Amino acid sequence: MGARTLLDKLWDAHLVKAPTAATPGILYVDLHLIHEVTSPQAFAELRARGLEVRCPERTLATLDHSTPTTPFDDLGQPVYASEEAAAQVAELERNCAQFGIRLNGWSSDHRGIVHVIGPELGATQPGMTIVCGDSHTSTHGAFGALAFGIGTTEVGHVLATQCLLQQKPKSLAIEVSGELPANCSAKDLVLHIIGQIGVNGGTGYVIEYRGAAIRALSMEERMTVCNMSIEAGARAGLIAPDQTTFDYLRGRPYAPHGTDWDQAVAHWSAFASDPDASFDRIVHVDATRVRPTVTYGTHPGMVVALDANVPAPVSLQERRALDYMRVEAGKPLAGTAVDVVFVGSCTNSRLSDLRAAADVLRGRTLAARVRMLVVPGSLVIKREAEQEGLDQVFRAAGAEWREPGCSMCIAMNGDLAQPGQLVVSTSNRNFEGRQGPGARTVLASPAVAAASAVAGCITDPQSLLQEQAA
Amino acid sequence: MKPLTRIRSRTAVLAHENIDTDRIIPARFLTTTQRAGLGRFAFNDWRYTADGKPDPAFELNQPAARGCEILVAGRNFGCGSSREHAPWALLDYGIRVVLSSEIADIFRNNALKNGLLAVVLEGAEHRYLLAHPGIELAIDVAQQTIELPDGGRFSFTLDAFAKHCLLAGVDQLGFLLAQNDAIDIFERRRGVAA
Ligand code: SF4
Repeated sequence: MGARTLLDKLWDAHLVKAPTAATPGILYVDLHLIHEVTSPQAFAELRARGLEVRCPERTLATLDHSTPTTPFDDLGQPVYASEEAAAQVAELERNCAQFGIRLNGWSSDHRGIVHVIGPELGATQPGMTIVCGDSHTSTHGAFGALAFGIGTTEVGHVLATQCLLQQKPKSLAIEVSGELPANCSAKDLVLHIIGQIGVNGGTGYVIEYRGAAIRALSMEERMTVCNMSIEAGARAGLIAPDQTTFDYLRGRPYAPHGTDWDQAVAHWSAFASDPDASFDRIVHVDATRVRPTVTYGTHPGMVVALDANVPAPVSLQERRALDYMRVEAGKPLAGTAVDVVFVGSCTNSRLSDLRAAADVLRGRTLAARVRMLVVPGSLVIKREAEQEGLDQVFRAAGAEWREPGCSMCIAMNGDLAQPGQLVVSTSNRNFEGRQGPGARTVLASPAVAAASAVAGCITDPQSLLQEQAA
Repeated sequence: MKPLTRIRSRTAVLAHENIDTDRIIPARFLTTTQRAGLGRFAFNDWRYTADGKPDPAFELNQPAARGCEILVAGRNFGCGSSREHAPWALLDYGIRVVLSSEIADIFRNNALKNGLLAVVLEGAEHRYLLAHPGIELAIDVAQQTIELPDGGRFSFTLDAFAKHCLLAGVDQLGFLLAQNDAIDIFERRRGVAA
């Protein structure tokens, strides 16, 4: 066999049947993650056809999108935003019970955002195929797994057959050379990359992130980068597994143990692109040029460095986006007044993200009028953060410390911004109305979000630190 | 699923680029456990004003757009969230075909699986349709052609299997279920290898 990319190897290893002129390929799925929002109609289809779940043991469920993040009521019950949300959760509980699927539900120590708990449990492993009815499934590609979002019809396909009908995507190598500046995070890097290739730059491709700057990232940072692949239109992002990956996975509940571990590492190590493998497209990114970066428009490709001016609109749509955001071209975004700050989502709700936000907030308080929500990605992270006293830092600053969930990333559980409010958010989408009808979203790193909460306007954390030194 | 063989309809045009699936159906309507009846939420936040009245400025609310089954949309239609509620909402609203110069992968996949024809056109053809809202098109799925009122004709590519399913009005699960033996063999082979 000739030189192969990581994508080729993952694809080949899971091909039940190769595509023909008349039919797509049949791809086997190792891990199927499900949640309450995109699965009920798929289970209904199974029932209507009298089908079973083929591999319940390869299926893992959680509650995250419509679940409240507010404290439980006096009886210890969650307080849902609507009866529909409660019914949707009850439906998943019923489906999992009936079909024998493990559910990390309310009583689980491992509940949390689907893309946070998969890796945290060690269920996400190199060399796997992973799907979920959720576009940010790309997150799991950080482990060298082919992981992508699917629709509800396909959720039904995987439940019934553990397979998907697929055409092979093209490969895009993003080579990130150099060293990321110390004041920049993985979020700044990925926003910079999306700005460079465009919001549709990855359509039809699976991205493999490569190069020195990628190798230097921690697993949590790699997840942040792969998470946002879909914001450039790519269904999946990949990073070849290495020692960082193995160190992260060792000892996690679902990771192999004992002698199985050594075998697994040997198996996983083969999942890397051959040195002479060729990609359909290659893009070069210079990490040394990344600066703290945020979005200024209404899609994640409209990005600007904090020390730069908002570029002039080049289309009617961009003009419209600036009007919606009430942002002026030719001026910096830094200094824009902020109403709400959200730290959370599968992009930036892991322990290192919370630490980065807490480091900025420690000993400071939120600006008057700013509301800040800090929503850990999982119950495990929540407890770890509390052990370190991060919750105290957030509370002392005046922020709300919440139960885990998707929360204001998708704003369907009652956590949302009011029309016109400006939200600095560590999530992944700044579409019109994503965080509530009429809400204006600025995507940012946890450090920038926290600094903006303190200053009451969009702020580079560096300037807060300098202030202190002065 | 109804077979989709031919469609004759006037076009409605939404020229905005990057219309994401949050636009097509906002997340707050996703607490449903049904797939039916989502048409009333299609483009909700563009379609209605803050007081819940139809916004006359929205393209699809204009009289000329009424009853149009073909939507011509700006580049990169359907980007963002993988929610299949987006094609469900469009179909229930009455849209059966989406034409654009670029359609997001997951949306396109979801659309075709539900009998919503999502077609990618060349830049010049796309620009022509964007500039001529309301013209009547005749789309032939078997021939993969779009006929214009002046007799002009565009052709489009369509995955062979998706086309078969659209024409026959069958969903893809039946085909997958029939592959059971191959899946068994794959699992056994891997079981030994692992
Ligand atoms: S945190 Fe946001 S992007 Fe992530 S799974 Fe939840 S809703 Fe989707």
